[in-house]
Amino acid sequence: MANILVVLEQRDGTLKRVSHEVLTAGRELADSVGGELHAVVLGPESLSTDGLGVYGADKVFATLDARLELYQPSAYLATVAARVNEGDYDAVLLGATALGKDLGPRVAARLLCPFASDVTAIAHDDGIVVSRPVYAGKAVYRLRISGTPCVITVRPNNFAPAESPRAGAVERVALSRDPVANERTVRVKEPDSAALDVSEAPVVVSGGRGLREPENFTLIEDLAAAFGNAAVGASRAVVDAGWRPHSEQVGQTGKTISPSLYVAVGISGAIQHLAGMRTAKVIVAINRDKDAPIFKVADYGIVGDLFEIVPRLTEEIRKIRGN
Amino acid sequence: MKIAVCVKRVPDSEARIKIGADGKGIDESGIKFILNPYDEYAVEQALKLKEAAGDGEVVVVSLGTAAVQETIRAALAMGVDRGILLETDAQPLDPLGAAQALAAELRDGGFDLILCGKVAIDDYAHATGTMVAELLGIPSVSAITHLQLADGQGTAEREIEGGVEVVEFTLPAVLTAEKGLNEPRYPALKGIMMAKKKPLDVKPVELDPGGIEVLDLVLPPARQEGRIVGEGADAVPALVEALQSEAKVL
Repeated sequence: MANILVVLEQRDGTLKRVSHEVLTAGRELADSVGGELHAVVLGPESLSTDGLGVYGADKVFATLDARLELYQPSAYLATVAARVNEGDYDAVLLGATALGKDLGPRVAARLLCPFASDVTAIAHDDGIVVSRPVYAGKAVYRLRISGTPCVITVRPNNFAPAESPRAGAVERVALSRDPVANERTVRVKEPDSAALDVSEAPVVVSGGRGLREPENFTLIEDLAAAFGNAAVGASRAVVDAGWRPHSEQVGQTGKTISPSLYVAVGISGAIQHLAGMRTAKVIVAINRDKDAPIFKVADYGIVGDLFEIVPRLTEEIRKIRGN
Repeated sequence: MKIAVCVKRVPDSEARIKIGADGKGIDESGIKFILNPYDEYAVEQALKLKEAAGDGEVVVVSLGTAAVQETIRAALAMGVDRGILLETDAQPLDPLGAAQALAAELRDGGFDLILCGKVAIDDYAHATGTMVAELLGIPSVSAITHLQLADGQGTAEREIEGGVEVVEFTLPAVLTAEKGLNEPRYPALKGIMMAKKKPLDVKPVELDPGGIEVLDLVLPPARQEGRIVGEGADAVPALVEALQSEAKVL
């Protein structure tokens, strides 16, 4: 009987939300193949591995070491590959995060096994069947993966974490390899502000060329601050013009995101932009051009002058959120 | 310094995607193909490094049909010295096959550095460069936005969620480029003319089909049509009301 392995992700000694999402996806897959769900977690000694059974892990293999404060690819690869070789796994699941996008291909190349990235659905039907958005979400593949094990990265914000209590027994595993054998992650530079990342925030407020001047992005920042849980996003046009950093770009050559609420301000909605945000749960568009393509995908739109509309919206949201 | 850059031919980011007759791929008619935008950053970085070193060679390697020669010429026009096309009709969806073919070509090439785009904007695997590194057994850093090299050592920065990782490595290594690494140059007319005369080796390859079978390719479900709640700032209360009681996101 084959099992499913998930690789969890921590930051500053705390498991990331995406780890619970991956556990949830893994639990469902383990149930449909009739196997167990095992989890690998690496991190510093301070990382708590309690309660992982809540999200469906039958067993947890924890490698906790002071040298694993940061993501060290060599240690992660060696630990995951060793676990796969010792167990009987149909699939290895990781979040399609900065870490998972780096580690997943390494594991697949080490094991010489099939690899599917950034999947939005997983099922078992004569093999593992996954859905993978391609062309930045303009089309979706359904793929059957033959050959085991396989490596799959799972799109964040897509599988809602669900409780499915199992034993979650923790087994400590010693580090088998010099964690910096190949590359050495020396530090993580934190951003100057505590701004949320556009790919992780539940609400994203994005601005485009309609703002006319880079200074006017304060309107976007104020609205994001009013929500309290929002990140600032940007269209390609304003990133290419140097108004905003690339890390904020939403779209085909930026980030593909699925927040609960996406507010597009002064963004006309080029195909490459729509590709990056069309899976948001709710889309609001504010644009002066009533024929702008953004209104075709928006759930709610206001036509008019953003310089009048946005401050008013900021005021209303502040009242509700108390920010 | 000898640098290889792996590049891919992809549909333009503004292309409208239509599903082909077999339901398993796109209809390529009317689609403009370009050099993958992230690969342009990789090419630019290679050219910059060669220029800074004062000598060396930059080689682009690509995989695909004869049409990919046009993509390689685009890189040659930017200033790359020569190109290699690993020619194949079949491009399996599993990136491992492509990575194996590239690694086999690069293994004995004596390259100090291999650069790739972090992702191709068609299949979005975000994998090939990193896989090449693992297959060659050399260090890699993916999605880099900053690079410093000196004396066979390098430091790269990569964006992670809400931060930037600083990673050290030794050469040879594989690095994949994120937007922000540099500003790719536009090929000058002279470069375009010269590109036609630069060497381009075509070598047939057969890719491992891998373990991934396409069941179908479909367009994503259309979003349910929304509504305009009103015009101007006076429409704001109606929008807030809708977000609270209808969409329930506030």
